[in-house]
Amino acid sequence: MTRNLITVDDLDRDEIERYLSLTDRFAEVMQRDLKKVPTLRGRVVVNMFFESSTRTATSFELAGKRLSADVINVKGSGSSVDKGETLKDTVLTLNAYRPDVLVIRHKSVGACAAAARYTDAAIVNAGDGTHAHPTQSLLDLYTLRRRGVSLEGLHVAYVGDVMHSRVARSGAAAFRTMGAKVTFIAPPTLLPPGLEEGLGGRASHDIRDIADADVVYVLRMQHERMGDGGFVPSLREYSREYGVGHERLRPGQLVMHPGPMNRGVEITDALADDPEVLVTAQVESGMLVRMAVLYDLIAGPAEHVRNVPVEEVAA
Amino acid sequence: MSAAGRVLMDDDQVRRTIARMAHEIVERHADPRAVTLVGIHRRGVPLAARLARDIAEFAGTAPDMGTLDIALYRDDVGTGVPVLGETDVPFDVSARPVILVDDVLYTGRTVRAAIDALFDFGRPPQVQLAVLIDRGHRELPIRPDHVGKNLPTARHERVYVHLTEVDGADEVVLAESGPAKGTA
Amino acid sequence: MSDMRLLHKGGPAADLVIRGARVLDPLAGIDEVRDVVVRGGVIGGDPDGLEVVDGAGMTVIPGLVDPHVHLRTPGREDTEDIASGSAAAAAGGFVAIVGMPNTQPALDDPEGLAKLQQLARAEAHVGVGFFCAITRGQKGTELTEAAELAQMGAVGLSDDGRPVWDSLVMRRALQYQRLAKLPLVLHEEDPRLAQGGAMHEGPVAARLGIAGIPSESESVMVGRDVALARLEAGRIHICHVSAVETVEEVRRGKQQGVAVTAEVSPHHLLLIDEDVDGLDPATRKMNPPLRGRDDRAALRAALIDGTLDCIATDHAPHGASEKELPFPEAPFGVTGLETAFPVLYTDLVLTGELPLDVLVRRMSGDAARVVDLPQPTLADGAEANLALVDLDATWDVTADGFQSKSRNSAFLGRTLHGVVRLTVAQGREAWRRLGTESGRLS
Repeated sequence: MTRNLITVDDLDRDEIERYLSLTDRFAEVMQRDLKKVPTLRGRVVVNMFFESSTRTATSFELAGKRLSADVINVKGSGSSVDKGETLKDTVLTLNAYRPDVLVIRHKSVGACAAAARYTDAAIVNAGDGTHAHPTQSLLDLYTLRRRGVSLEGLHVAYVGDVMHSRVARSGAAAFRTMGAKVTFIAPPTLLPPGLEEGLGGRASHDIRDIADADVVYVLRMQHERMGDGGFVPSLREYSREYGVGHERLRPGQLVMHPGPMNRGVEITDALADDPEVLVTAQVESGMLVRMAVLYDLIAGPAEHVRNVPVEEVAA
Repeated sequence: MSAAGRVLMDDDQVRRTIARMAHEIVERHADPRAVTLVGIHRRGVPLAARLARDIAEFAGTAPDMGTLDIALYRDDVGTGVPVLGETDVPFDVSARPVILVDDVLYTGRTVRAAIDALFDFGRPPQVQLAVLIDRGHRELPIRPDHVGKNLPTARHERVYVHLTEVDGADEVVLAESGPAKGTA
Repeated sequence: MSDMRLLHKGGPAADLVIRGARVLDPLAGIDEVRDVVVRGGVIGGDPDGLEVVDGAGMTVIPGLVDPHVHLRTPGREDTEDIASGSAAAAAGGFVAIVGMPNTQPALDDPEGLAKLQQLARAEAHVGVGFFCAITRGQKGTELTEAAELAQMGAVGLSDDGRPVWDSLVMRRALQYQRLAKLPLVLHEEDPRLAQGGAMHEGPVAARLGIAGIPSESESVMVGRDVALARLEAGRIHICHVSAVETVEEVRRGKQQGVAVTAEVSPHHLLLIDEDVDGLDPATRKMNPPLRGRDDRAALRAALIDGTLDCIATDHAPHGASEKELPFPEAPFGVTGLETAFPVLYTDLVLTGELPLDVLVRRMSGDAARVVDLPQPTLADGAEANLALVDLDATWDVTADGFQSKSRNSAFLGRTLHGVVRLTVAQGREAWRRLGTESGRLS
C-alpha cells in the first residue's frame, strides 16, 4: 500500500518521534564535507507547486537532491496547469513518469487527497489551501527539539490569522500529539467557530495571553484579509493590537514564524532581526525534515519499524 | 539470551576470539595509532569497541574509533526498514588505514555499502575488514583481512551473533531460517 | 393520480396480480398479506387471466414521490436527462418526481416549460412534473409569469439552488401566489452568511480549514419567509432542511398557523460533518451541508413528529470530472433517487428508529401533499402507483450500478437492504427486477 503524508492527524506520537530521530541522522549527513548520500539514486521525486512558494519548494528540491533522487519541478505558472488542465490530468500525466513521490502544493483544501486517487506514488502534502502543511509542523517540532526544548508540557501560542493558517492547523495537531499545550490568539474575526473543539487548545483574542507561552508562534498576516477582506479594519490596527515585538515578550520566550515575514505588521523589524528568533533555524530544519520524509516514504512501511530490530533485514 | 538453534560459541569463546583478532591486528600494525577502527552499525560497533580495548591492553594505546550506519548506502532501499543508526567518524579517514568491523560477513553487500559510506568522508589510504564470523556465500568480490571464525553454513541457515552490549549475553548461534532476533 | 401536471411517455396499461405480498398503505389504512390486482392500470378487479407476480415475502407500498430532483435538462444532459433521471426514479420505487428549474438556461417561461413537457411525454418512465423559477433567470429580481405557467401545469415555483435573497421580491411572490396558486418551494440560504463556505461551520470545518456555512444562513431566511408568509397569508414549502435552528423556525411557524411545509433529505438524516473527513466532494459535498450530530438527531425527531412533512432526495447529478476537483472547487450535490428508500430502510427502520409505515408516508403521500400532487394509494379503484420491494434482499451500491447518468452518490460502497422488484407508475409498468433477471425498464 502506498504511504502518504497528507496530514499530521494521521501520525501518532511514535511516528512523529521516528521522523524526528530520522531527521537527526540527516543532520549528521549535513555536517559532512560531502553533503550528499546515494540513498535515493534512480528514484524520482516530482515537486508540483500549483501555488507559489520559495522556501518549501527549494527545501524539497534540495532534500531530494541531497538524497541523490532525480527531482523534477513543475510550477503552476507556465505549465499546462495554466492552460486549464485539471489537477487530475496533471497528476495522471506526471504519473506516467512513474515517480516515487509527488510533492504537492495547491491552493485548495483536499487537493492532495484528490491527487492520491490518481497515482500510486507517495503523496507529500506541501500545503493544501488552508488545510494542512505536515512537513512544516514536523520542522517546527524538530527546530525546538534540536534546541533542547522538551515538547511534553510545552505551551505554544499561535498569534495571528489562525483562520486561514495551515501552519497553525497542522502545528497545533502535531504539538498536541507530542504532549504540548496550544493557545490560539487572534482577532475574533480570524478565529474560526468551533476552533477549540476542532483543534484542541484554547482560543483567545487577548494578546496579553502570550505571557503564559513558552513559544510564541507568529503567523503571517496576509494583506488580502484587511480592509475589503473584512476581517480586520486596517493593517495599522492589526499591528497595534496583535503585532509581536520585544515589548510584548518576556525573557526566555522563543519566537517562531513560518516565513515569509511581513515586517512591521505581525512582527516588528527589531524582533525579525533578533538572532534569537528561530526563523533561520526553521528553514534549516525544513530541509532536514524533508529529507527524512522523502527517505521514509520511499524506504519502507512504518509498520515494519516498531518491533523488528534493524538487523533482521539489514544483513 | 539464546535463540532456538545450536550454540556454536559461548561467551568465553567469543571473548577469546576477539582477543585473538586484537592480537593479529597488533601484529600487523605495530603502532595501534597508525590504524583506525570503524564499526558497522549495529553489532560491529560494540565489536570494534572491544577490539580497541583489547588492543590497548596488548599495545598500550587504543586506535581511534568510529561508527558507520550503512542504511543510506544500501542497494535495496525500499525493501527494508527506515530506522537509521548513528554515524560518527570523528577523525580524518584520509590520513590512516581504516579497519571496518562487523559481526558477520555473508553476501558482502553490507561491506560494499560501508566502503561507499566511508568514501563520503574521505579517501583512506587502505581499507581492511575484520569480522567475527565469516559464513561464506559471497555475492561480491570481498574478502576479510581478520576473521574470528570461518563457519561453513547452508544458505537457509541463519547465524546470530549476540553481544552483551546489545543482547545481554555473548554467544553465536546457528539456526534454521525463521523469525528470530539477531544477525542473519 | 392521473394529473395533467405529471407527464409520462405512456405505453400499455399494466395488467398483473401480485400474489401473497404484505400490502402496506398507511393512507388507506391497509397492512395485510393479500393479493394486489392491477387491471388496465387500475387497482382492483378480476385477477383472471392476468400475469401473476409472486410477491411472497415482499412488500407492496404506494409509489414514492420526490418533490425535489435535478434533471439537468436542458443544458447538462451529459449528467442527467429526463429519460435517465426518471429511470433512476423508477428503479428507486418512485412513481412521480418534480424537476427543479435551475437548468441552463433556467426554466422561467412558458416556452421552456412546453418544451420540457413535450420531452417528458416522449421519454419519462414515471410521472415527471416541473417547477418553474420564481424569478426570471433565478436572479431574484423580476417575477416569472406564474399565472400562465400554472395554467400550463407547472407544479410549483422555486429558485432552488439560490435563495430569493431580496425580501421585497419574496413578499411580492407571496402576494402573487393568490393569483397563481402555486406552491413556493424555497431554497433558504443567506448568500452573504454562506459566502465561500463549502461545509457546515463548526469544529470539523475548523480542523479541516474549510470555510464554514453556518446553520443560521438557513434558519434566518426561514424565519424571514415564515414571517412573510404569515403577513401575506401565503403558503411556502421549505427545501432540504438541514439544521436544528431551521426545524425550530418551521415548528414555530406551524404552531402559529402559517401554511409552511418542509422536507428533509436522506443524506441529512444519515450523515454528519464528521463524515466529510476524507474530503471527497463526490460523496460528501452538498448544499445545505452535512451538519452536526445534534442537527441530525433533531431532523430525525422532526420527521417522526411531522414538523418535517416529507423526505425529498435533492437528487443532484454531477459529471465525474467536476466532482474530481478538490473539495472547495467541486460543485454541491449528490444523487439520491436509487438509494433513498433502501438506505433509510436500512439505517433508520431496521435499527428501530423509524417505523416503516412512517417512512412510507413521508416518502409517498406526504411528499405528494406538500406540492399539491395526488397521493398514491393502493385502494381499489385508484390508478396503479406502487412499488414491490423485497426488504430482505440486499444489494451493493456500486458506481456502475446506477440508472442515473451520474455516480456522485453519498452511499457508494454501502450494502443496503431493500430491492425494488417492480414499479408501476401512473398505471404503467416502469421498472422490473424479478427473480434473477437484472433490472429492466418498461
